[in-house]
Amino acid sequence: MTERRDLNQELGRILGPDGPDIGCDACFRELDRYVELELAGADADAAVPGLRTHLEGCPACREEHDSLYALAGSER
Amino acid sequence: MTATVVTATVGAVERTLAAPTTGFLDDESREWLRALRAEGPERDEAVARLHTLLLKAARFEVARRRPTLQHVRGDLDEIAVEAAADALLGVLRRLDDFRGASRFTTWAYKFALYEAAVKVRKRAWQGREVLLEAEGWEPFADSGLGPDAEVEQRELLETVREGVHSVLTPHQRQVLIALAVNGVPIDVLAERLGSTRGALYKTLHDARRRLRGHLGERGLAFASVEEK
Ligand SMILES: [Zn+2]
Repeated sequence: MTERRDLNQELGRILGPDGPDIGCDACFRELDRYVELELAGADADAAVPGLRTHLEGCPACREEHDSLYALAGSER
Repeated sequence: MTATVVTATVGAVERTLAAPTTGFLDDESREWLRALRAEGPERDEAVARLHTLLLKAARFEVARRRPTLQHVRGDLDEIAVEAAADALLGVLRRLDDFRGASRFTTWAYKFALYEAAVKVRKRAWQGREVLLEAEGWEPFADSGLGPDAEVEQRELLETVREGVHSVLTPHQRQVLIALAVNGVPIDVLAERLGSTRGALYKTLHDARRRLRGHLGERGLAFASVEEK
């Protein structure tokens, strides 16, 4: 089971997510709006389509998203 | 992104500060903008407060990434201090881009987190070799998979490996292998190849689409198992 999950993760890292992906520059541009919608419990993915997919395919933008979510979230 | 931030000139900063802003802003964000566009001591005081805010965010990021820096000698707080300085220039230059889609502080934080994260990745990989060839993925091809449920995944993997060599351009192959197989951080690869995060991600994305197409032509498809 572990091996299967490892292989699946390797394949996932290589093939990335499927579907529309807004890329790194648009991700940075929209990140603050997206995170605040998430923190407010709103539908961030409907407001910024393709950003979630990008986070699944781009570990760097993902780390920055998670940090902004944690930092902004710690202040409410 | 970083290069333009670092080379920001005082003239560009002041042009940006003089321009108007539109949109609906909460009171606190409006006050930030007003003070940062003021003159003299009031502006200086706002810039100082902004710098404090950015330094806090940069330190937050460096602290989160500390496990990746365990082998790094020297003062890690320098990373945060440099990141905050670069982020301050970036925020002041781009003040007009802020349209009130979030709180001003959330918008400003993302510059500091970005600058700090990029610097941490580069520092963690300083002096390390960046592999553009596929040494990194040989081991998992022989990872002792069980006979039944893994057969399809093994076939997927073999087809992907074959596709990497048959349907990708040399540049796509190098970028995909460095980023997705060998785990090189994208900002580190961008620095070594003289490229940018956005451009490399575009290359990675194109390579992934070709590989998925290659799988499709052979009647295969990959859907990742829910990560948790
Ligand atoms: Zn990205």
